[in-house]
Amino acid sequence: MNKRNIQLDDNNRLRHFLSIEGLKRHILTDILDTAESLSGVTQQTVKKVPLLRGKTVVNLFFEASTRTRTTFELAAKRLSADVLNINLATSATSKGETLLDTLRNLEAMHCDMFVVRHVNSGAAHFIASHAAPHISIINAGDGRHAHPTQAMLDMFTIRRAKGEFYKLKVAIVGDIEHSRVARSQIHALSTLGVEEIRIISPATLVPACCETLGVHVYHDMRQGLEDVDVVIMLRLQNERMETALLPSEHEYYRLYGLTEEKLALAKPDAIIMHPGPINRGVEIDSQVADGPRSVILEQVTHGIAVRMAVMSMAMQSHLADAHSSALESSE
Amino acid sequence: MKFSIRNGRIINPASPGNQRDTIGDIAIDNGRIIAVGKLPSGFSAEREIDASNLIVCPGLIDLRAHLREPGQEHKATISSESRAAASAGITTLCCPPDTQPIIDTPAVATLIHDQAANAGLTHVLPLGALTQNLAGKQLSEMAALKDAGCVGVSNAMRPMADYQVARRALQYAATHGLSVFIHAEDPALSNQGCAHEGAVATRLGLPGIPSAAETVAVASYLALIEATGARAHFCMLTTASAVTQVARARYDGLPVSADVSAHHLHLTELDVLDFDSQCHVRPPLRTQRDCDALRQGLADGTLSAICSDHQPHENDAKLSPFSTTAAGISGLETLLPLSLKLCEDSNMDIVDVISRLTTGPADILGIEAGKLASGHAADICIFDPEQYWTLSLDNIVSRGHNSPFLNWELKGKVTHTLLNGKITYEA
Repeated sequence: MNKRNIQLDDNNRLRHFLSIEGLKRHILTDILDTAESLSGVTQQTVKKVPLLRGKTVVNLFFEASTRTRTTFELAAKRLSADVLNINLATSATSKGETLLDTLRNLEAMHCDMFVVRHVNSGAAHFIASHAAPHISIINAGDGRHAHPTQAMLDMFTIRRAKGEFYKLKVAIVGDIEHSRVARSQIHALSTLGVEEIRIISPATLVPACCETLGVHVYHDMRQGLEDVDVVIMLRLQNERMETALLPSEHEYYRLYGLTEEKLALAKPDAIIMHPGPINRGVEIDSQVADGPRSVILEQVTHGIAVRMAVMSMAMQSHLADAHSSALESSE
Repeated sequence: MKFSIRNGRIINPASPGNQRDTIGDIAIDNGRIIAVGKLPSGFSAEREIDASNLIVCPGLIDLRAHLREPGQEHKATISSESRAAASAGITTLCCPPDTQPIIDTPAVATLIHDQAANAGLTHVLPLGALTQNLAGKQLSEMAALKDAGCVGVSNAMRPMADYQVARRALQYAATHGLSVFIHAEDPALSNQGCAHEGAVATRLGLPGIPSAAETVAVASYLALIEATGARAHFCMLTTASAVTQVARARYDGLPVSADVSAHHLHLTELDVLDFDSQCHVRPPLRTQRDCDALRQGLADGTLSAICSDHQPHENDAKLSPFSTTAAGISGLETLLPLSLKLCEDSNMDIVDVISRLTTGPADILGIEAGKLASGHAADICIFDPEQYWTLSLDNIVSRGHNSPFLNWELKGKVTHTLLNGKITYEA
């Protein structure tokens, strides 16, 4: 049985953006190229293009977020869309309304795009498979599953710094098991064809059968960093200490915290990335985070262009649909 | 009323070797079988079923079906699910004690018996709660539950407080000659998981339930069974390693048995890809290697029964993100065809397959059922082994429409079901 990828329309254009997995390289490259062409908008005096004019984008955040929600909002506004922010972490769902009912209510308000963040893995897929056909869904993070726009802004940042992907060795350091960012990065890096993806983490934070994702697992950070071009640090949640996954912040930092001394093992021009918010002194030393090789703030800037690219591409698929159905009905 | 079933292929796993699979007739009088093979001379039936090209076997016994009554009648009722069972050739259902209220008093057991008798379509045998309120702390009044018709005791899917309570419960159940039905799952290891901890859960970011949640519990319970000598049954094993442990224990002579669900014989973790909530079950679907080991364990008799683990749900229960959906499959109507599929998929002998649905579960429950013999109640299933059909929303009988097997082409369709010599289903 060959199930259709619900992210794509009949012409294999992006219709929803739910996960990197299942998308071909040319689509990822398209996103990066579109983001490149849109990144100029941010530097203009009038920071707007009319690609989403007259469209309504709803930020549906079932889980708290500042950075991601803000950059999505900025991206939508720079595309001239109307933006509605709904913080559902404190709203109807806590009153017992089902996700499907929330969805039906918002559909009834004739919105065009939902940017969804949810605590449960698969929530964006669920919404996309039940939403009315005219609505595009952008996944802004679902459980531990995926955070595809974060991964694409990371790819954008890597491409800006390094050019081609195929020669790169990339290390992802930290709590892979609980990270939707890491999962999406791994799929993006392997689809874009990097030479090697490394995971650096203690066994308690490496997901089961991780090697099936096409990564090499290192428990020793010094070995893992040797000769890499890109170091991606992940945020460590405090609760990992409470659930017998790690003994202490102190030991974690000693073994897996990124310091100048450990970084010296990577290539001299290696870049340092972090999806934020960073825990200084837990997973990364301030000197490294603020140092010349850190591109952490560039990542944030690039987030806007990449999200503009994804939103405009997904909306184009719907506009094309509407256009062709209008043609059909006029015939 | 006198009944005859003519010219059927009679598969009766309880018969001695060469008579387990024969062509012949069955005579029924006053709800009981009076002859198998040839009709008694001068027997004149008021009704005759022509079973040419059909298989006639004992009515199927399903070790595990949630009927949702009392307590969750919005999902299903004993009456609605009895009808589904009859349409699937099932004449005996065993239901776990996690109803609302829980089957920890004779009154609830009696209620279930009464409702089943009112429906009159299938026997329903309740399991009593192993501990009060299934809380895993205090023993239930097992003797009273036995008197009220409970055929065994179980803590369903609820955890025991500790192994001391489990040990005492095994001892006390043994005192009253009750088998303990164990769901082997260590709650700390399964934690908040909703899918097998492996490649698929890793990909989908779903919290995993490691195989160790089952194997640790099986090992611990086997040690307690050895220490107490209590008779115990493992419900729905899912891992290769647990099957090996049970095979070893049986070889060593421990009084244990085990079953497997029909869906674990056909689905694996891969079916969860795309977040298909119809494949959200507990214990979870595991790897192909586990699935192969379950089939092997079923063929060699380590697993002596196939159950449906029937869990009917209303549609909404499956309409949310995967981990928040209710676990379970509406499984009565696929029990027989999925079992028969093993003849083709795994080269299993059809008599052995039928035995896992009749004599196997009857032995586990310690009941006189699951055989075609003179003097026995005429609980009989007749099916066409060659008929292809498709389970669909239009033809599913159960109130629960939650099945990953919807739109599967299935082979083997029940044509008649008899309960105590009365036709309860006719296609």
